[in-house]
Amino acid sequence: MKILGSEITPYKTYLNRRQFIQSSFASVATFTLASNLYASHNKSQNQYSDQLSENDVLNTYEEITTYNNFYEFGIGKSDPSNFSNKFKPRPWSISVEGLVTKPGMIDLEDLISNFTIEDRVYRLRCVEAWSMVIPWQGFPLKDLIKKVEPLSDAKYIEFETVYRPEEMPGQKRKTISFYVPWPYTEGLRLDEGLHPLTILSTGLYGHDLLNQNGAPLRLVVPWKYGFKSIKSIVAIRFVKEQPKTTWPLINPGEYAFYSNVNPNVDHPRWTQATERRIGEFFRRPTSMFNGYAEEVSDLYKDMDLIKYY
Amino acid sequence: MRLSSKVVNQSKPIILFLLIAPSIFWIVMLVQGNLGVNPIDKLMDELGQMALRLIIATLIISSLSEFKLLRALQNIRRMIGLLAFYYVLSHFLTYIVLDHFFNWEFIIKDLIKRPFITFGFINFVLILPLVFTSTNTMVKKLTFKIWKRLHSLIYIIAPLAALHYYLLTKADKTEPLIYLGIILGLLLWRFYYKIIIKFI
Repeated sequence: MKILGSEITPYKTYLNRRQFIQSSFASVATFTLASNLYASHNKSQNQYSDQLSENDVLNTYEEITTYNNFYEFGIGKSDPSNFSNKFKPRPWSISVEGLVTKPGMIDLEDLISNFTIEDRVYRLRCVEAWSMVIPWQGFPLKDLIKKVEPLSDAKYIEFETVYRPEEMPGQKRKTISFYVPWPYTEGLRLDEGLHPLTILSTGLYGHDLLNQNGAPLRLVVPWKYGFKSIKSIVAIRFVKEQPKTTWPLINPGEYAFYSNVNPNVDHPRWTQATERRIGEFFRRPTSMFNGYAEEVSDLYKDMDLIKYY
Repeated sequence: MRLSSKVVNQSKPIILFLLIAPSIFWIVMLVQGNLGVNPIDKLMDELGQMALRLIIATLIISSLSEFKLLRALQNIRRMIGLLAFYYVLSHFLTYIVLDHFFNWEFIIKDLIKRPFITFGFINFVLILPLVFTSTNTMVKKLTFKIWKRLHSLIYIIAPLAALHYYLLTKADKTEPLIYLGIILGLLLWRFYYKIIIKFI
């Protein structure tokens, strides 16, 4: 017979103990965080410098964790960092569904233990014409795809964010003028998902992802606008048809499936020819595929990128 | 009790200070690096919203001062209008200088391509004659009748300003819709008051 800790210890003490353990973890985390922050300011010799392009400087941990678009926690840029404290990213499992040989629920810890976590320094370009440089930790999505063995019919991958209105105030909010069909979904073509630059991220600056950045697991596709990099993933579905994803559903006139960074295709509200790098005064010109053209343009070689924007 | 002109005139410096203060506060925050991580966007947003609120304030003052008891409010309308322009100008300059740093080629393209920028710019142009004719001398020169007709441009400027805000909002459009609703309500009221009450 298995005896649960909660059967011996009075429930209240048990809770307090858990809280104590959590807060000591928190202080350890704060310590590593502080040393990481320090490291980020020594630009010349930090551990990410060899992955940093010549013209790029890492954004600070503060910038990356306080300026976010994550409508599940609210629409303002600081809402995700202010209103995500109720969200519990662990325990967590991801459901692999659809056209695969090995569907099923995968526990996050099991998933992570199967793959090697790597550092990836990527530029992130938001469709709102601002950008950052972020040192992510994660593993290539292709490692997971290969493990679950998609069937030959699988042409696209659909991703889904968790739906927890009790923990995510933005999912609860009803407004007259803006309707989001929760849960948030995103999608990639299978070959985009298999591309070595596409990762599932578990952390940044050597620290577990904070809730506002998409804890505990999110997608990062550096050559597409930021909203494609879906956060807090609970389901990965292999499908035959191009999935209908959230932004094109909300506003088909302004957002489309591919959403590759392209300075030649303007959004009606923002120019896409230039961008403001967070922390800089002058705007920078935006590069095709966010500067990853060499790596990814083969994926789209016979496509009209103006039509399929 | 009737609101006296004396009270209104005496409170002018305080109102002036209170309405200029936010801009000083934002500029100090900007210089100190406390306007968030995308400060230029934030500053432009705050200045624009303040301009819109003050434009609405002038409409409210006009409507309220139709009532005999509140007629003295007329005395601060010019000041509020000029303050609105102060915020419009700061908002415009933030876009030109801080956001695009005089990149004219780019700004002109933006102006043609994006309707919300087009409307914003039209509004900036439309508000200028109101500013230039805001002195007593100009009222006399133009005659009150023509001056008044010229200043009814505000009935175009106000809804355009709210439309500018509505179009640039990506997600939750509730706030711009509230402003638009207030403006339309005030316009309807003015129309009702001027045409229906006065001529019956």
